[in-house]
Amino acid sequence: MIELRVNGSARKFDGDGDMPLLWYLRDELNLTGTKFGCGMGLCGACTVHVNGAAARSCQTTMKAAAGKSITTIEGLANGHLHPVQAAWEKGNVPQCGYCQSGQIMQAVALLKEKPKPTDKDIDDAMQGNICRCGTYQRIRAAIKVAAGVKA
Amino acid sequence: MNRVELVVSRRGFLGIFSAGAFVLATDGLEADATWQPSVYLGMEPSGLVTIVAHRSEMGTGIKTSLPMVAADELDVDFKNVRVEQAIGDAKYGSQDTDGSNSIRSFYEALRIAGATARTMLERAAAAQWSVPAAECKARNEQVVHMPSGKKASYAALVAAASKQAVPKKEELTFKAPSEYRYIGKALPIVDLNDMCTGKAVYGIDAKMPGMVYASIERSPVMGGKIVSVDDREARLVKGVLQTATIDPMKPPYGFQALGGVAVIADNTWAAMQGRKKLKVDWDLGANASFDSGTFKTMLRESARKPGKVARNVGDVDAEFAKGGKIIEADYYVPLLAHTPMEPPAAVAEFKNGKVIAWAATQNPQAVQATVAAAVGIKPADVTCHVTLLGGGFGRKSKPDYVAEAAVLSQKTGRPVKVVWSREDDIHFDYFHSVAAMYMKASVDAKGRPTAWLQRSAFPPIEMMFDPKAEYGTSQMGMGWNDVPFDIANHRAENGPAKAPVRIGWMRSVANIYHAFAVQTFVDELAAAANRDRVEYLLDLLGPSRIIDLPGDKRYPLDVARLRRVVELAAEKSRWASRKSGPGHAWGIAVHRSFLSYIAAVVEVEVDAKGKVRIPRVDIAVDAGMVVHPERVTAQFEGAAVFGTSVAMLGEVTLADGRVQQGNFNNYPVARMPEAPVMTHVHIVPSDAPPAGVGEPGVPVISPAICNAIFAATGKRVRELPVKKTKLV
Repeated sequence: MIELRVNGSARKFDGDGDMPLLWYLRDELNLTGTKFGCGMGLCGACTVHVNGAAARSCQTTMKAAAGKSITTIEGLANGHLHPVQAAWEKGNVPQCGYCQSGQIMQAVALLKEKPKPTDKDIDDAMQGNICRCGTYQRIRAAIKVAAGVKA
Repeated sequence: MNRVELVVSRRGFLGIFSAGAFVLATDGLEADATWQPSVYLGMEPSGLVTIVAHRSEMGTGIKTSLPMVAADELDVDFKNVRVEQAIGDAKYGSQDTDGSNSIRSFYEALRIAGATARTMLERAAAAQWSVPAAECKARNEQVVHMPSGKKASYAALVAAASKQAVPKKEELTFKAPSEYRYIGKALPIVDLNDMCTGKAVYGIDAKMPGMVYASIERSPVMGGKIVSVDDREARLVKGVLQTATIDPMKPPYGFQALGGVAVIADNTWAAMQGRKKLKVDWDLGANASFDSGTFKTMLRESARKPGKVARNVGDVDAEFAKGGKIIEADYYVPLLAHTPMEPPAAVAEFKNGKVIAWAATQNPQAVQATVAAAVGIKPADVTCHVTLLGGGFGRKSKPDYVAEAAVLSQKTGRPVKVVWSREDDIHFDYFHSVAAMYMKASVDAKGRPTAWLQRSAFPPIEMMFDPKAEYGTSQMGMGWNDVPFDIANHRAENGPAKAPVRIGWMRSVANIYHAFAVQTFVDELAAAANRDRVEYLLDLLGPSRIIDLPGDKRYPLDVARLRRVVELAAEKSRWASRKSGPGHAWGIAVHRSFLSYIAAVVEVEVDAKGKVRIPRVDIAVDAGMVVHPERVTAQFEGAAVFGTSVAMLGEVTLADGRVQQGNFNNYPVARMPEAPVMTHVHIVPSDAPPAGVGEPGVPVISPAICNAIFAATGKRVRELPVKKTKLV
């Protein structure tokens, strides 16, 4: 039996410990805001926070998630918008929107580590998150808005 | 309750819309019923307006932009509008969301929907007040009797309006542009908050009660057939319920499921794990020897030979025979994959001879037809709900994956979700076609062409429906028979080609390889003449004039509009003051597609290791009248990134009939550091009819990048992706 916390709630899982956290979140908990994009940790669409740090849930097994505290896009803020989400809305970042949960989770983790990121910090932190619609310049701008740094 | 069940329970409104023609003649309302003056629009007695989004939302903003048009004409606050995504139904007209066509084809229809409702409200008020309808004006959810100032809210008039005869189009009046409250202005897209909070529902998120999950093993070679399947180990995987086969497609491939063996499980992961344990013996068939390298040589030879003439002006051969200076070049663009971030995904339930599907699809009516054929029922017995699409780019106009879900549901008796892995998505894509182009020009003393020959060969999209097809038909109008230059002798040809892969539409389609060849060749001619690229391009475009093109006579090409976007892109990029030199340079390209006139200036930096950085792109856009400039701007920002992936990175190859790429490690797409740092979009104000915006930003990007790279390095890129050319 694997025990973990997801968005603040205690959860128990008795399935395959090798199952990636991604599919547990999506298929078992119906937290479908976390997206499947590649299954190899190459695109960032499945990014969640594990004990507060950004992690690719497609590469995090349930065994590895045992005892950890997981935050998904659904648990990022309760009843209000996280400043990063607010910046995303203000900048009209999403096109199709599919990758944006992962982008937002990655950006939140970046700002936790580097509250005033440089362009290079943003490139380095965000290069693992693919947006096929090509919203990168708006993502960069939204991160700066959330950080309160000059565009 | 999960979200999709919530959506299902909210179906009431669409249910009301389930009968009727384009405009329903309503004979008055039952209490509490919704008034539907149009298939696209309804108003409840409370005054709440529902507008139907019948085209698919894959990131263009169309689910917001088209309803905005109706809301504007009706003059209601968009905050009080509920937008409902339509199911597949021919009553809406085409729902095939491709060809950059939604605003082009439905702007008028949505205006009519809004104006129809407004007119009926005005007439209802006039009747109540016994005044001439011409004295009553509907504005901001109220009808006002202008002489007296008497007012009635829309809500108060719904019941009476529903009893009015539906006006004919000729009876309608439309707002003047100065009266628009939404058209031409920015509104946040209706799903913005859901997308930023994880609540947005895509095909991969759809659920139905009792649903099981499928992962499908398909023939690694196109056309392969199953000899035998050993599923014993697969069925031992925890969570796996059963396996089921899907019959192989019969040529032509069309939108059919490819066929294969599905592992059905109680979660996605178990299905994927079970699939790995399948032992399938394939008869790979005749295509198992196909090699894309060998094919490339054949394609280039085909492009060098005389082909079918797509357009002929003057006498190219006679001019070449005169013995002037000749410049020629070959170009090549490989197979490309769409790789939308959401791979193909759908849920379907076959029950009592009917299918209900939830799908990320660009074309729900094609879902109805394809699924019906696959399970042996009538298209009308297929209900296709359209989710948001996690990207489409043309891939999701082909509903093979929805047919898979329906067939598997028929075989298992349960709703089935099919999710393609990224490897499935790349291996079994409807690829953007590989193409070879050959260009030849004779030039005068100023380096201006006196004759211009262009030949193109590519496996055509027509193979999808005709296994014998070797020539492109629709692709000729995509940057080939419509080259707009002022040249006395000009011939465009198309050589034969076919390949054993599925070919389909990808964002801007044949314009990608045709614009790459044409706009790079222009740069080569300008370089040979040592002339400024903008000056040379304008010279080649020639005087402002209308060019009648082969094909659809409704859409002649307006050279003045091409010239204007070239000049605008040059002005906004400060072309005249830019000094291209080693390691840092600018390139330009211009192209018309989907009736939009687009020019791009791209700035590149190439470092000592040959690494390319793109600090800035300026795109000038004449797309006619623009409904939602902010979303149009976003489309062109995105097109610059998509075009950068095409130019710099994308390449699908095959060996032994098998696709050799499978994920973003070996099929890379532009990431943040590789994408243009800043794309500036400059929209030409216009009252011309709306033109396309989703696709036409893409074709100019790869030639503009490659022309800039030439200016920075002296290395001419004639084959994409750029990564195949050593730049230093």
